[in-house]
Amino acid sequence: MSWHEVPGAEALGDDEAMGLVLKERPVALVRSGGAWHALHNVCTHQFALLSEGYIEDGCIECPLHQGRFELATGAPKAPPVTEPVPVYPVKSENGKVYVDLPD
Amino acid sequence: MTSPTERIVIVGAGQAGGRAAEALRGAGFPGEILLFGEERHEPYERPRLSKSVLLGEEPASAAALHPRAWYADKGIALRMRSRVEAIAPKSRSVITADGERVEYSKLLLCTGSRVRPLSGAPEGLAGVHYLRTFEDSERLAAGLEPGRRLVVIGGGFIGLEVASSARRRGLAVTVVERQGALLDRALPAEIAARVASLHAAHGAALRLGVPVARIHGNGAVKAVELADGAELPADLVVIGVGIIPNTELAETAGAVSADGLVVDEYCRTTLEDVYAAGDVTNHYNPILERRVRLESWQNAQNQAIAAARNIAGERRAYAEVPWFWSDQLGTNIQMVGVPDPAMQIVWRGERLAFGLLQDRVRLAVGFDMGGEIRAARRLIEARITVPAKRLADTAVRLKDLLTEATCSASTP
Repeated sequence: MSWHEVPGAEALGDDEAMGLVLKERPVALVRSGGAWHALHNVCTHQFALLSEGYIEDGCIECPLHQGRFELATGAPKAPPVTEPVPVYPVKSENGKVYVDLPD
Repeated sequence: MTSPTERIVIVGAGQAGGRAAEALRGAGFPGEILLFGEERHEPYERPRLSKSVLLGEEPASAAALHPRAWYADKGIALRMRSRVEAIAPKSRSVITADGERVEYSKLLLCTGSRVRPLSGAPEGLAGVHYLRTFEDSERLAAGLEPGRRLVVIGGGFIGLEVASSARRRGLAVTVVERQGALLDRALPAEIAARVASLHAAHGAALRLGVPVARIHGNGAVKAVELADGAELPADLVVIGVGIIPNTELAETAGAVSADGLVVDEYCRTTLEDVYAAGDVTNHYNPILERRVRLESWQNAQNQAIAAARNIAGERRAYAEVPWFWSDQLGTNIQMVGVPDPAMQIVWRGERLAFGLLQDRVRLAVGFDMGGEIRAARRLIEARITVPAKRLADTAVRLKDLLTEATCSASTP
């Protein structure tokens, strides 16, 4: 595991997401209700970037077919998704945001 | 609620039937579930059949909702290649083509729809296709060879997705549509024109406003003749001129049907303990405040889930804004709401359009704009008035428009 800084994260507003690639891994960084969340950025149903989706009620909704994942756990919350997406720890220090990714 | 001896019979093992069975177990229904389907395949979704399967990216089997073993695990009895011929409402039973009588506690009809034949199209001409099923898709995919000439009859979503897949595989494509615009039933003409530009830019020829006169061929298709006398040489023809809901089974049993099987917002037909969901229904939508018949993935899935929950004893109305997507030529097109000829069209940038009636958002159409379409759905659901100028201003977040309107609405 290792922490990676996310440049530009502070520009995110509430219930907004950005997509990035860290260590060749697509990651969606989300700011919601004062908390940060990081999820694998690809929907488990069909290829789509979750960071282009809609955030509401603690969930992120896929832009392609409106499947929903819980931000905190990655758990599937609405069909057609049935498989969870991986989530990664996030920390905010001195105005900078870091994501912890498996090696 | 339900006792373990209860038995739900589902007729139709498509997307709706499969999702309903799944949702019944999800709602804790402990009794028997029997799922009858005419096809040999376990329930599958159709969207891929006109897209990734035709592109050769994946086999039609990728469209299955669940592997066959899943149904056994869930205690759902799959009765494939089994046609239900009749419903006997008084004895609460269905009769199969084999003459078997199966009793039900509650019956759910997910009989879907079938392709509308093109009148006058010759039977048995090689190279003429319709696209509805797993096998239709595999057959058509096998014929999409670079350099061949494809004529698509019908400029609706199926026709355009076939045209898209064929162009990407290097065929010469002509789309013929009798109406003056593509997607005539689904989109306002001004927005549909954007879709026409997309196809033209990718090299498809469009013939709008002219009906097909006849299809020529001798054993195999040779050409499509249009009403204006033009003759389009063709190696392949795909006909996509709509679908017809499969209402006959229920009608014969006495259920009321009017452009689809009539159900209320709890998915109940006019027959006692007989429910219906998916393409086959004509249902009351409380948000739109009118009846609709929908031919969509969303409706097949979510109305089926709603029906299952009501059957399992919940009382929950099915109320969603209609939403639909189509993937064409690398562009994801999504629409939410329903069109109306009287709509004012407002563009928000180049890729998102709204349809307004009396300053209320009733329709949104986006090109690679999934997240914004979702926000637009909220605006439609809220049934609030939004000034067109604010809507067109990309500096204003759609979410904020919703909050503003909600706040001003609650101010005395």
